[in-house]
Amino acid sequence: MEILSHLAGGFLVVFDPLNLGLVILGVTVGLFIGAMPGLGSVNGVAILLPMTFLVPPTSAMIFLAAIYYGAMYGGAISSIMLGIPGASTAVATTFDGRPLALKGQADKALIVAAGASFIGGTISIALFTGFAPLLAHVALDFGDPEIFALMLLAFATFVGLSGDDVPKTIFSICIGLVFSAVGLDIMSGEPRLIFMDISGFMHGINFLVLAIGVYGIGEMLWTIEISRGETQMSKATITLPGILAHLLGTLKLWKSWTIGSLLGFFVGILPAAGATPGSLMAYGITKMTAKDPRAFGKGEAAGVAAPESANNAASTGSMLPMLTLGIPGSPTTAILLGGMVIWGLIPGPMLFVEQTEFVWGLIASLYAANLFAFLINIGFVPAFLWMLKMPFTILAPTIFVLSLIGGYAPDENMHDVWLMLIFGVGAYLLRKLDYPMAPAVLAIVLGPIAEPKMRQSLLISGGDITIFFTRPIAGPITVIAIALLLLPLIQLIWRTIRKPA
Amino acid sequence: MRRAELVAAVLMAAFSGYLMWKSAELPFGWVPDEGPGGGAFPFWLSAIMLVCCVWIMVNWYLRKTPPSQSEEPFMDDYARRMFFLVGGGVFGMIGLVHIVGMYGAIALFLLYYVRFLGRHSWRTTIPIAVGAPVAAFFFFDVALRIVLPKGYLEPLFIPLYRIFL
Amino acid sequence: MRTLTNRIFVCCAAAVIGVAFMTASAVTSGAYAAWEPNKPVEFVIMAGKGGGADKMARLMQSIVEKHKMSPMPLLPVNKPGGSGAEALVHLNGKKGADADHTIMVTLNSFYTTPLRQPGLGVDSLTFAPIARMAEDTFLLWVHKESGITDVDGFVAAAKAKGNNWIMAGTGKASEDNLLTDFLNAAYGLNIKYVPYKGGGTVAKQLAGQHANSTVNNPSEAEGFYKAGTVVALAAFTDKRLPAFPEAPTFKELGKDFEYYMQRSVVGAPKMSAEALAYYQGLFKAVFESAEWQKYRTDKSLRGDLISGDAMKAYWQENNERHRQMLIKMGAIKG
Repeated sequence: MEILSHLAGGFLVVFDPLNLGLVILGVTVGLFIGAMPGLGSVNGVAILLPMTFLVPPTSAMIFLAAIYYGAMYGGAISSIMLGIPGASTAVATTFDGRPLALKGQADKALIVAAGASFIGGTISIALFTGFAPLLAHVALDFGDPEIFALMLLAFATFVGLSGDDVPKTIFSICIGLVFSAVGLDIMSGEPRLIFMDISGFMHGINFLVLAIGVYGIGEMLWTIEISRGETQMSKATITLPGILAHLLGTLKLWKSWTIGSLLGFFVGILPAAGATPGSLMAYGITKMTAKDPRAFGKGEAAGVAAPESANNAASTGSMLPMLTLGIPGSPTTAILLGGMVIWGLIPGPMLFVEQTEFVWGLIASLYAANLFAFLINIGFVPAFLWMLKMPFTILAPTIFVLSLIGGYAPDENMHDVWLMLIFGVGAYLLRKLDYPMAPAVLAIVLGPIAEPKMRQSLLISGGDITIFFTRPIAGPITVIAIALLLLPLIQLIWRTIRKPA
Repeated sequence: MRRAELVAAVLMAAFSGYLMWKSAELPFGWVPDEGPGGGAFPFWLSAIMLVCCVWIMVNWYLRKTPPSQSEEPFMDDYARRMFFLVGGGVFGMIGLVHIVGMYGAIALFLLYYVRFLGRHSWRTTIPIAVGAPVAAFFFFDVALRIVLPKGYLEPLFIPLYRIFL
Repeated sequence: MRTLTNRIFVCCAAAVIGVAFMTASAVTSGAYAAWEPNKPVEFVIMAGKGGGADKMARLMQSIVEKHKMSPMPLLPVNKPGGSGAEALVHLNGKKGADADHTIMVTLNSFYTTPLRQPGLGVDSLTFAPIARMAEDTFLLWVHKESGITDVDGFVAAAKAKGNNWIMAGTGKASEDNLLTDFLNAAYGLNIKYVPYKGGGTVAKQLAGQHANSTVNNPSEAEGFYKAGTVVALAAFTDKRLPAFPEAPTFKELGKDFEYYMQRSVVGAPKMSAEALAYYQGLFKAVFESAEWQKYRTDKSLRGDLISGDAMKAYWQENNERHRQMLIKMGAIKG
């Protein structure tokens, strides 16, 4: 009951005209920032942080949280319409969202994405409201071996993601992991893999540089060649009954959004993990448990609903350790945390006691932001579809231009843009030879979390690998992950043995 | 296609070898009481890449995969032409950023692509080639304050900064 | 026919650009009273998003915006690559007007990174001394449930565990690593140092009891300290910190040692004298603002504003000190 009265108080804060206006403005701005390839919630929040000094801290936080939410919705738009993941959190959305758009069902993909995001957001905020202080302690129990085990599990759910050519798939995973190791080896403090001593490699290879190269430039070159100049991008149209039908269709995908929401929320809470592994795992598990896993990757609406519900759930989840422990659960919350410090609030266990108005105003604003992001997103769907109807010879150069800016913006570095072009051309050529590219993109996202966690664990244990098996949380996760990793191998051996018979 | 498959495998094998050599700048063995050294992770993964390349070559020899069976050309005339026109255009655009800045490069690239590759009329081309950089300037430089490079056109933007920033 | 139109078009475009160039340069050279930035100032941060230096840079940026101290905005850009190596190389390469519009927030990797990577060709002492805004302090922290209340207890517990006593810190050969080496040498300990990416992660390792101790800055451990999860044992300062009156200094405990993290703003080495004077004035105003002073007290920062030659002398002294510390650690040769 106490929670409900706090929440009611929170809603009074949100319905203040200034705050409500900020929520609407925030989600709209966030939606557009998220829809740009290369810009995600981190950029949106970081860029608009100083502008929040014009309003009181509670309003400022509400505004930034609204941008965060809007950007999470927006990420799907770029994934579906351009085939370029707008941020790492939206990688999994491209797997089925893009094929749907190519089949002329961009409207369905966009609406399912918005619907699933709304559901994921709502479930996770409800969980947040009910269990915040309780769950905060779970986050603290996750040390290095536990996070590593979780990363292993994320990989495992993705084995056999694409490609029938086994050596090429393994090659793709490994090259992504090696690229993720470029930059600084944090364990020894030494620079690592600085190719030709070019200083641009010191900050490592940003996931976006590879993703935009592969999906922006490589994919466009491929489409231009295949289409022989006769591309009609999309014939999707939209009507009000159509929107309602797709929304109802989203509700029928209850299995994928339940998996997505719960998994996303839980993984989001864990520090260092964040929304990306959550959405990838949600996609992998939905695919594994589906009746027809082979339909995934070819335009399956469930494959859009799972990662989209998961990444929104995770963005709420990652605010939990930020508010209750002062630990950012994702890069975006790290910036939000910085903002709170600047406003003179001390995030951490005392915040819930000392700053009730702030905390509950923020929680209530999440409900509002989620609702408005959903409505505004649906409202813009016709405009997005109209853009898809542009002639291909105008759409293609626009995508190249967006890729150029998107490659530059995250680190503001021309080095990254050149690298993106090399990756794009390389991906185009290799793709013609059936090398799958998605595993490399996944690997470069998960690699920078997995490797240091593995080595920190081993340093703590003095080089004893049993640390991954003997701890109460890490142990079971590691065992499950290894079992999943070995499953395809066992199947392969089984088939080879049976074949001669 | 069959030849390209082998060439790609050999090139990737060479690249894997380079990555192994580069990773070996840091210790790649097992450091007692600490676990793997700084170079171990990329070194052994590159080694796996090398093994995969050899595997691909074996598949090539046995003609087991579709690209190793195909006798079609890797790139036909159309593909090659489009690759050089479009890929070259993107290359040119990125190169021009260093000279005329992001906005100048975008305008020239759109002019080239929409007018000469897309064969649209000047009436379509000019608004796009002018409108896109202007919109991008207001979205990035002014609204988001991500200042994109200006190259040698920087002095032109100084009065704009004074007005809008 | 078409080629002709093309040529005419190209000529016209060239003419327009040419004229615009001339007017623009005339305008810029005309105004010449006192130097002021005429394009956005690149505000490089030598560390990643969300860390101590990043928070501070964004605070300074917002103070400048709030009080409209500068005609052009300061735009933060994070360049954490290679422990700040990339940022240093970036500033080192700035010339002309760009050098006058690039400033950077630094920490102690300003000394250690060029010392450890001589191949960068960067000399810390050549950077333009704008202002040292503060010095951040360090304390020794343990978890409440360890039952340790003073340094003697810490030494006994760490001795008993030997190589299994884990100190979590930010990065290898960094400030936290140097402090751990000091503790090992001063008390004959064999603590194991485990590097993490940022101060916040380090604080969490201790709060979750995945590490036994840390040497966090007050701003990093504050939340857990206020909640009673972690205990401050001692401060690496000359005087006790007002926010942590129960923690004695190592000087009181008989070890002559103090250590601080500089929080400074520097300019590109090739910055002009006029621009340097402008930024020195700007950051003096930031330093004197009520917001900055409040932040300083809240986060237990110390140190007055210094700039110009005084700052260069300060760098010289600290650069030499870090050289000696790194030699002792074995990270560089003498």
